[in-house]
Amino acid sequence: MSEHKTMTLTLNVWRQKGPNDPGKFETYTAKGITEHHSFLEMIDVVNEDLIKSGKEPIVFDHDCREGICGMCSQVINGVPHGGQERTTVCQLHMRKFKDGDTIFIEPWRATAFPIIKDLVVDRSAYDTIIQAGGYTSCHTGGVPDGNTLPIPKQDADYAMDAAECIGCGACAAACPNSSAMLFTSAKVAQLAALPQGQVEAAARVKNMVETMQACGFGNCSNHYECQAACPKGIDVKFIARLNREYLKAQFK
Amino acid sequence: MEFFKNAVGRKILMSITGQLLIIFVIVHFIGNSSIFLGADGINAYAKHLHDLPPLVWIFRLVMLTGVAIHIIYGIQVTLENNKANTKSYAVQKHLKATFASKTMIWTGLLIALFVLYHLAHFTLHITNPEISAGVAANFDALQRPDVFKMVVLSFQKGLIAVIYAAAMVMLFLHLSHGIQSFLQTMGWNNDKTRPCFGAVGKVVSGLLLVGYVSIPLVIITGLLKL
Repeated sequence: MSEHKTMTLTLNVWRQKGPNDPGKFETYTAKGITEHHSFLEMIDVVNEDLIKSGKEPIVFDHDCREGICGMCSQVINGVPHGGQERTTVCQLHMRKFKDGDTIFIEPWRATAFPIIKDLVVDRSAYDTIIQAGGYTSCHTGGVPDGNTLPIPKQDADYAMDAAECIGCGACAAACPNSSAMLFTSAKVAQLAALPQGQVEAAARVKNMVETMQACGFGNCSNHYECQAACPKGIDVKFIARLNREYLKAQFK
Repeated sequence: MEFFKNAVGRKILMSITGQLLIIFVIVHFIGNSSIFLGADGINAYAKHLHDLPPLVWIFRLVMLTGVAIHIIYGIQVTLENNKANTKSYAVQKHLKATFASKTMIWTGLLIALFVLYHLAHFTLHITNPEISAGVAANFDALQRPDVFKMVVLSFQKGLIAVIYAAAMVMLFLHLSHGIQSFLQTMGWNNDKTRPCFGAVGKVVSGLLLVGYVSIPLVIITGLLKL
């Protein structure tokens, strides 16, 4: 068996019993961490120790652990998902840290993302935004023949780039205004680029932006923190597209 | 009207009024640079402007409306954003946001204060009356109000020159974010142009800073005198 060099880290973790608890930071020591542990596995190790010593483990959200579900709403050392480009927390590995490092772990903080417990936040506001228009209404009869609806390759690629969004909430968590504009624009731009999205285009952009506001997200002022924090690298060009779509919708 | 309450609607209005103000700032600088031609230049320019009273007032009304919209929405949107953001991260590292982008509301309000001072100084002749109050009565050889003399005497005072230079630094910060921001907001971009927006904003605002500050600078250093 090969021997791993292990690391010992100091963690400052946000602990909050429930939505109305003021919450505070607790300090833990993570021992026996190898560079191959993912960040979530590192918390698993710490939780094992906590459970063995009769303490309540750190509560955090996770699902796929392969970088596509968008559940792990953690701000690590001041950056959503820990600051490695295009990486979610579960895909962030401990080789990015050094023995002896001190790490701050906090949940998303935005009025529209209330904390449920410890590192878990309620991200259902994003679902509410999608429900306001992030879909196309279509007949679900017989399957259409292939190529009856030609879509140029560049439009398909553009739509796919926007569709990469996993709705994790890092954009709003990183935004100094807690705006969900990158998330909203990714869906608006994706559907606006495709023929199926045209029918509801005007209503979609208006309703989704209004719902974003109603959910308590702030206004976009073009800081571009969102793109830098996005684990899928969603481009702020989609926000510009949303702005154009919104202007267009005024004349429909 | 939903447009005037909408997050994007108001952003577009901020952008359009901002563009109006940027055009003003550029034209104002071109006009002011006539001071480098000496008394003859700027006094003739001032006289031409004031010989068009209806136009002057239409222009003033348009600017006033634009400024009012820009300031009211700027404050409103900032208050909303503060409510949306809990500002409670123990550690927060910004990756893209700049000092300029985070201080838009403050640089904006300082510029608004400066504009009030600027009007009180050169237009209404309230501050430093010993220099400016006499200007209306103080005609040059061609019977034009002697704006040149007023400007030169003003900027020979260190404090006034410093206030103007500081205000232009605020304007530089505001525009270095504002110019690329209005292009993005209007959606006037494609994959080739968008990466240049930031640079365009900094170059234009930098040129305006150098241009505007050069006026008090040449006067206080004595390169331009009565």
